[in-house]
Amino acid sequence: MTLEPGGNGRGGQSAAEIVHEIEGSAPGVTVELEPEQELLMVNMGPHHPATHGVLRLEVELEGEVVRDLRPIVGYVHTGIEKSCESMAFWKVIPFVERMDYLSYFFNSEAYCGAVEKLIGLEVPRRAQYLRVLHMELNRLHSHLVWLGTTALDVGAMSVYFYCFRDRDRVLDMFEMSAGQRMHTRYFQVGGVAEDIPEGWEAKARELIGVIKRGLSQYESLLDRNEIFLMRTKNIGVVDRERLLELGVTGPLLRAAGDPWDLRKEAGYLVYDELDFDIPVGTVGDGYDRYRVRLAEMRESLKIIEQCLDGLPDGPWIADDRKYVLPPRSELSTSMESLIHHFKLVTEGFRVDPGEVYYPIESPRGELGCFVVADGSAKPVRVHFRDPSFVNLQSLRDMAIGEYVADLIQTLAMLDPILGGIDR
Amino acid sequence: MEIERIKVTPETPLEQPSSPEEFRARQLKARDMLRGDLEGADLDAYVEERVMTTTLEKVLNVARANSIFPATFGLACCAIEMMSTVSPRYDIARFGAEAFRASPRQADLLILSGRVSIKMAPVVRRIYDQMLEPKWSISMGACSSSGGMFANYAVVQGADRFMPVDVHVPGCPPRPEALIYGFNKLQRMIMGHPDPGWRARYNATGTEEWARGGAGSKPSPEAVEAYRKAREALGA
Repeated sequence: MTLEPGGNGRGGQSAAEIVHEIEGSAPGVTVELEPEQELLMVNMGPHHPATHGVLRLEVELEGEVVRDLRPIVGYVHTGIEKSCESMAFWKVIPFVERMDYLSYFFNSEAYCGAVEKLIGLEVPRRAQYLRVLHMELNRLHSHLVWLGTTALDVGAMSVYFYCFRDRDRVLDMFEMSAGQRMHTRYFQVGGVAEDIPEGWEAKARELIGVIKRGLSQYESLLDRNEIFLMRTKNIGVVDRERLLELGVTGPLLRAAGDPWDLRKEAGYLVYDELDFDIPVGTVGDGYDRYRVRLAEMRESLKIIEQCLDGLPDGPWIADDRKYVLPPRSELSTSMESLIHHFKLVTEGFRVDPGEVYYPIESPRGELGCFVVADGSAKPVRVHFRDPSFVNLQSLRDMAIGEYVADLIQTLAMLDPILGGIDR
Repeated sequence: MEIERIKVTPETPLEQPSSPEEFRARQLKARDMLRGDLEGADLDAYVEERVMTTTLEKVLNVARANSIFPATFGLACCAIEMMSTVSPRYDIARFGAEAFRASPRQADLLILSGRVSIKMAPVVRRIYDQMLEPKWSISMGACSSSGGMFANYAVVQGADRFMPVDVHVPGCPPRPEALIYGFNKLQRMIMGHPDPGWRARYNATGTEEWARGGAGSKPSPEAVEAYRKAREALGA
């Protein structure tokens, strides 16, 4: 009996030779091996430290090689989309933020943008810049968490500490502008909840330097790390055509060489005024995915710098009293404002019947929000096209024929967020 | 490294040796005691100064509270904040709990970090059941404490509906400081009251599983029989 060449990495050797080499038994001693044609079903998860959440994978193994794989989702199904249907339009924002819990600003932008498109509300330029600023900071935060946990999965523990050190600096910015580290509910329909406080810009500029230094540190830890290179290079390669068939977007698609980025293609908010590049890979393996994400963080820093330079003055939320809460100071002087405030807080604003799909580029790919309104103050349907969910479909193509140990790395490189997958 | 010794009993303030001669005298006294030369009131005073009596249980609880191994178990958003308690800024290693264990068999503490869906609840319960005694659990965040904002068909309205929870940490998600504060509360609870009393409440005595060598680690007669049969079948 010979093991399949390539499958065990010892092509051509017979089983007895391998056993002899490993166990050092005397030559001529025959060792009985189990026939390996039998497939072993292994259940990974839902409690598994390396699945980045509560994902369950049913893996069929032949020896150590993955022959088939089925992801089973739903372990953090939270019923968010259903809950949204019983909430007024403006009360939905905190719910959608908790879907993909590493890109909360993107979720709220997808939702707020969809509602704004539906009611035709113009967002002031300062608010657009603030949104872009926060979203790019959020992209940094998301990629930092991804990098830390992925490095942890392939055994490089120290990268995690560096990443989380810098991630806390990013969260400080959110805390300063919005008051909370995660799930800030900073974006409102019509703009942002509040202007950034004094000193925020200076801190953001300081942060750019911090992250730049940090990036070179992570690279020095990983780029020439023999183990990391061996575990990522040429592992989990899927070509661009297959990824497009599966609907995969984001860094995964860009690592395979397709420069598809909705920030360029759709040009929402003020992205078409900003100068940044789309990093692409060549091979589409784990290493390219890592390089693309790191390059994306550099591009995000560029965008943040440009936004800080070009941040216009003016209102940070639209002035339409039908949809936006009046400023607090007006409530004690203007009866009209008080009435608007009361109407908005008790019932919420009504939206004319219609439906809209609003896609943006989240750290994981195309994040789209589909909202249907029927003329009442509550949405009929809020559906999210979550990139993690779609990208997870490509895991099977990536993992089949690889070792089970590489499955962990391949899954980590997908950057799936189970909160976004299950919702 | 310099080691400073401080007397335990607060009633007798510690006098520092005023001079090298005084220090020398004390040294001689200590040597006398070791030889057995110290007697009577001198010996009593000596022992009172240096020895603290306690029970084994209390010492064990102090040890347990300061070397907790939490399980690596994340559910949702709170898991990210739970991970940042290990990060350099918050550094839960200060309280001896930085060693997150991937296997529930090696863990003492289950931090329920995130929303528990109805599909996940049996899994969580099984993980808790697999942990060895003594074990504790913290419900982190609004979702696992009460269902939080997700009052709908999918989320269990509070994890304490299907498993005992020792500490609830509010927040959505709680800051890492909040989790550490909750963890400190748990440490104080472990040191003060080792038995939270839920076993008696739920009439669940006899279900404890201890690590091999721990109290009550005797295998069941069925397990012994099964093991004997397996050995026989192998011809060993």
